[in-house]
Amino acid sequence: MKLEGLDVFYGDFQALYGVSMEIPKGKIVSIIGANGSGKSTLLNTIMGVNRPKAGTIDFEGKDITRLRTSDIVALGVTISPEGSSVFEDMSIEENLLMGAYLPDPRKRRQENLARVYELFPVLKEKEQQLATFLSGGQRQMLAIARAIMSEPKLLICDEISLGLAPVVVKDIYRKIREINEMGVTILLVEQEVKRSLQSSDFSYVMVKGRVVMQGLSAALPETEVKDAYLGINKYA
Amino acid sequence: MDLFVSAVIQGVLLGGLFAIIGVGLSLVFGIMGLTNIAHGDIMILASFFIMVFSVQMGINLFVALAITIVVMVVIGAAMQKFLINRVITKGAEPALLVTFGISIIIQNILTLIFNADSRIIKGPFSDVNVVSTNWVSISAEYLMNCLVAVGVIIALSLVMKKTYLGRSIRAASSNVTAAEFMGVNTLKTYVYAMCIAVVTSCVAGLLVGQTFVFYPYSGTQYLIIAFGVVVIGGMGSIVGTLLGGLILGVSQLLGALFFGNGYMILIGYIVMLVLLTFRPRGLLSNMARK
Repeated sequence: MKLEGLDVFYGDFQALYGVSMEIPKGKIVSIIGANGSGKSTLLNTIMGVNRPKAGTIDFEGKDITRLRTSDIVALGVTISPEGSSVFEDMSIEENLLMGAYLPDPRKRRQENLARVYELFPVLKEKEQQLATFLSGGQRQMLAIARAIMSEPKLLICDEISLGLAPVVVKDIYRKIREINEMGVTILLVEQEVKRSLQSSDFSYVMVKGRVVMQGLSAALPETEVKDAYLGINKYA
Repeated sequence: MDLFVSAVIQGVLLGGLFAIIGVGLSLVFGIMGLTNIAHGDIMILASFFIMVFSVQMGINLFVALAITIVVMVVIGAAMQKFLINRVITKGAEPALLVTFGISIIIQNILTLIFNADSRIIKGPFSDVNVVSTNWVSISAEYLMNCLVAVGVIIALSLVMKKTYLGRSIRAASSNVTAAEFMGVNTLKTYVYAMCIAVVTSCVAGLLVGQTFVFYPYSGTQYLIIAFGVVVIGGMGSIVGTLLGGLILGVSQLLGALFFGNGYMILIGYIVMLVLLTFRPRGLLSNMARK
């Protein structure tokens, strides 16, 4: 996926300034930024919830900038949104089946269901329970599992570590790695600098709607990323 | 005592009919937050179609219903796609005004074509009693109404639970953005939901049309019944409409028994207000989190 020169406004307020990024196939890319850095706006723009005033979004050679959300998803771009967006009054199983709504994954929903239950055994145990009774960590797992059910080519994970116990986060990141090894491109969006750098191939740092730093995750110095993230001196 | 039992039985049977009158309104409200003011008129429009096909053209009643369903689904889908969907993303109020307009249009077109005369559809069970003793009698027509209504509502709730169509409707009711993230085109889902609501209204239109006389303006009266049912049962809950219908039906007939026929409707809505005092969202609402 390639983003080029995205400008996004909320009324008069400009939330993104010429954001350009590249998310190569098969890699894990992370976007690091504090609250209000424009991460969520960027994700919503990729998913067609917000419309950019300028710039283009290209996925596998196709311009998806003006497509409807459901059509973007149909091309293979899936988001695991923040945990609150599971379907509360549906069971775990029904939530997962909704993930396989599109025609192709729907044909393979039973295999995929078995696969995500293998990945997240706790979901299998609670298969028939309503999602509203799940804990925060379990919701996060459900959201990721539901996203995998759609057999995405690019999986976007929005703040999957937010509000979770460190053990759970570690576990979820291991799963993300496994999913990536199955050939799925991953876009991680996080506030946590260290974990993001450790678990991705390439990173972008965003401050106030701009990309201020980018590079191979292994090559980016953590302290500088933190300074940038906090908006210290030259990056402000 | 006899009269009491009789009133309760008749109330339950009437309640089934009320439930199917309300279920489409509840479905549409549940998924798009839209109060469809034209709901009653759509049902009466279906009654007129069935009347024309069966009474005036002499087609078999069930074939007439089938043709009416096809015609009404086309009308309903067009109404949703070309009118309501254009404004629904701007909130529920503009869409409510659109349905208000549709209501007026339907009433006036019907009056133009059929005048303000009363009509009735002759059903196979008019004036037949299945049970007829000294203290209670059950008309075949009321029993039929109730059974058909309950059957349709059970079928509908199975569709909502077991099929991808139903699940996508529930997903869109629960969270529009998340549903889109699953690849559900929610605007199309709205069209499907409206079509399902229209089908239930066609069945309701047949049952109402062969039980009571109807006029081009009768829709409003049935909209009010549908409101009562849906408000008592809980907006958006399919099973709730069944419960709401039963409560409204029984309380109307008990009201008639104790206070006289003139108070029947009033008592029904007093019961509704009392229930709302204790359960402001209705008995089985699934909207608690909103």
